[in-house]
Amino acid sequence: MMEIGLNHYLVLSTILFAIGLVGVMRRKNLLLLFFATEILLNSVNIAFAAISHFYGDLTGQMFAFFVIAIAASEVAVGLGLLIVWHKRHGNIDLDNLATMKG
Amino acid sequence: MEKYLYIALFAPLVSSLFSALFTATPKKTFTGIVASLLIFSAFASSTVLLMYILNGGEPVHVEMMTWMATGDLYIPFGFVVDQISVTMMMVVTLVSTVVHIYSIGYMDHDKGFNRFFSYLSAFVFSMMILVMSDNYAGLFIGWEGVGLCSWLLIGFWFHKESATWAANEAFIMNRIADLGMLVGIFLIYWNTGTLQYEGSFEAFAHLDTETLSWIGIFLFIGAMGKSAQFPLHTWLADAMEGPTPVSALIHAATMVTAGVYLVVRSNELYSLIPHVGLFIASLGAFVALFAASMALVNRDMKRVIAYSTLSQLGYMFAAAGLGAYWVALFHLMAHAFFKALLFLGAGNVMHAMDSELDPFKMGGLKKVMKWTYIMMTLASVALAGIFPLAGFFSKDTILEAAFAEHHFIIYSVLLFTAGLTAFYSFRLTALIFEGEERYKLFGIHPHEAYKFMLVGMSPLLILAIIAGAFRTTFFEMVEELLSAVEYHIHSEVTLWIMTIGTQAFVVLAIIFAYKKYNNSRISVPDGTSKMENSFAYKLLINQYYIPYAYDKYLVAPYRELSDIFWTHIDMKIVDASVDGIAGIVYGTGEKTRTMQSGNLSTMLTWMVAGTLGMLSLAVVFGLAVRYSGEILAILSGLGV
Amino acid sequence: MFEAIAFYLFAFLTISMFFITVTTSQALYALSALAAGMIFISAFFFILGADFLGAIQIIVYTGAVMALYAFGMMFFDTTRELKEKQGNKYIIVGMSAIAAVLVVAIFSAPMLSTNMTAFYPSAQDIGNTQQVGMVLFTKYLIPFELAAVMLLVAMIAGIVLAGKKMDISLTMTSETDIVTMNNETNTKVLS
Repeated sequence: MMEIGLNHYLVLSTILFAIGLVGVMRRKNLLLLFFATEILLNSVNIAFAAISHFYGDLTGQMFAFFVIAIAASEVAVGLGLLIVWHKRHGNIDLDNLATMKG
Repeated sequence: MEKYLYIALFAPLVSSLFSALFTATPKKTFTGIVASLLIFSAFASSTVLLMYILNGGEPVHVEMMTWMATGDLYIPFGFVVDQISVTMMMVVTLVSTVVHIYSIGYMDHDKGFNRFFSYLSAFVFSMMILVMSDNYAGLFIGWEGVGLCSWLLIGFWFHKESATWAANEAFIMNRIADLGMLVGIFLIYWNTGTLQYEGSFEAFAHLDTETLSWIGIFLFIGAMGKSAQFPLHTWLADAMEGPTPVSALIHAATMVTAGVYLVVRSNELYSLIPHVGLFIASLGAFVALFAASMALVNRDMKRVIAYSTLSQLGYMFAAAGLGAYWVALFHLMAHAFFKALLFLGAGNVMHAMDSELDPFKMGGLKKVMKWTYIMMTLASVALAGIFPLAGFFSKDTILEAAFAEHHFIIYSVLLFTAGLTAFYSFRLTALIFEGEERYKLFGIHPHEAYKFMLVGMSPLLILAIIAGAFRTTFFEMVEELLSAVEYHIHSEVTLWIMTIGTQAFVVLAIIFAYKKYNNSRISVPDGTSKMENSFAYKLLINQYYIPYAYDKYLVAPYRELSDIFWTHIDMKIVDASVDGIAGIVYGTGEKTRTMQSGNLSTMLTWMVAGTLGMLSLAVVFGLAVRYSGEILAILSGLGV
Repeated sequence: MFEAIAFYLFAFLTISMFFITVTTSQALYALSALAAGMIFISAFFFILGADFLGAIQIIVYTGAVMALYAFGMMFFDTTRELKEKQGNKYIIVGMSAIAAVLVVAIFSAPMLSTNMTAFYPSAQDIGNTQQVGMVLFTKYLIPFELAAVMLLVAMIAGIVLAGKKMDISLTMTSETDIVTMNNETNTKVLS
């Protein structure tokens, strides 16, 4: 219990991932959906960093680094799209987004 | 010599294909002429081959190409012209030529003129394959081919339902018999390893009697269907729905004789199993009597002639069954001539009488149709077996053979039938040509047939008269192949008594027929006379109620069974399962369509669900890998 | 021991922050909780000796990304409470829980490979940042450049999507035209 091993970090990462999944499935407001996505990405970062540390390999950290970069650009583009949608429809409720029905 | 073989074999095919080009166009006379010329060339080649064989030539063997060479089975497309097949070839091509020429005139006003010649020539081609083939498989091909062509020809006027029904009946009965023949062929191959005549005949000598008996019986079942022996005889009378030239060619001279040909060709087999031969002979004699009895009262001209064919086929089988193969073949040849002549003459009468078939409505036609009268009367004389026409030589030899082999029952049956034959043949001629002109009551204006048709029929007439003279030549020719036995009656006196007695009996029958039907008191029977209501008459005119029995006890239940199979098995099980599969596909599609709600949240939920599935799989597989040793142990314990 | 205390503390904090993010009905609370969670995650990175990564996490995530979200929040009327249509709670939570359990099960299985060799082993004497730099600019140069291009593209995309009045270029028009434009806009507003 005292000795923090790799498994602890991985379990933590899993818990955070599950929380992120709950958020993704539950949230109807698009912006809050994005928040949940961020949680998912972060949990994965923790896992990468932990593995990198416990195996003495820098690859994990590099991966996490690139995940951060990608998350950033994703947020930018996502928010831009969200703004366009809001201008057109006046709200960002997910349930109104059903033009791909059927 | 091979080129004559090929000409004889393929000229009918060329004729058929040529005429087939014009089936959709209106009548073109040249199709008939070209077809007749090609068949005539086949006849000429057959004659050349006949001369060659007569002069002591070796049988001509060709193997055109291999049909099947799989494993131990080797079946070539091979053809042989030996004494038996050259006789058949000559008969077939001669009668075919005459019929082709005749049909140019007979089918004059028919819309399907070109189609008729195509079918007719195709039939001749199949028959040539049948008689010229040198193995049982080729024979079977020809067998099926003539069956098919006869179906096409009997149902030629396919708009008439009775014609199509008769065609189906003929084909189906043939097919039933073909099953027996196929079993026979299979048995031959199974026991001898080859289907060639030569090879199998050699091997027959080494087989045990029981196998040989089965082979003989099954082959004879096939012959029974094709040659309309009892109980597969009902199709022959109904086959008169086809045009008269068809009846002349197929149901007098060629197809129905295929069964006799089969037995004669397999004579080496049948001579090893004399008990089967006796059965064949008895059946033949029975059929002869049976058919003759039905012809006594019939009121359809062509049917009477058809029953007469059936009766004569019985004679041929009787001869073949008794081991007198060459006599059977000779009678086949002679019979072909005068029977074809009879049918063609009947065709003339039908044409003149506007397709009226009841002889009671005719009468006194000899004034208008002189030549037809002469031909038909002479043909009937030949049929009755009066010396010196052809029938005497062939028929009487059969009687002698029966007597000499001490089969007295068969002899007496055949003798009695000869009397009946004479009676009904002359009943027919008397009713049609003699007496008062009853047709005037019905407003029919008869006229003689075209000149060229009569000229075309004349070779048959000549041969019907003189064919008897060829008996010794024929005997010497086939002596090599068929166990040609001269039938000696031990004492000369018995022979003379027999011959004179037979002739006297036949002449008496003719006189009786004439007396009964050649008087002015004949009128059209209208169902009220005492004769018509007697039990015997009713029995005979309804063909012993056999067709009725077949219909009621075989056809109707089978139709019920087919119906049940259709509604309960086909529609409910087969169709239902196929539709069920389609239904399942549709159903799953409908249900899963709701997944596409367009709602992002739902889709994300589905995504998580899918991920869950994958994870579970990963866990399961991981466990399987980890504990693979134990799992294998458990499975092998279960015996997998 | 310190490590254990730090780990559990930050773990608890992170989980609770993120939990707030996904369950609260106030958007602003969710934003704040997310930002806090990000910071705590960077703490993890520092515990794990990934200094550079931790710093990047704070700068990029907490700084840039959350700022972006905050700006995004300005567009939307977030003072009112969010009305959320009900998805089936049990399915959602249940599936996530099961997924979590499965993943834990997978992870807690003993690691099969005991002799993994590191691709880019970390040396102990140099500082982490230095190591990261060494690897990033040599072995991971191409991904680095690609990431840079991608960020450029994203930036342009963000500008195009969100910008207003992009058809005229302020720098290319003359002073007088700009004044005229402004007057026109004002006139329209006022009248």
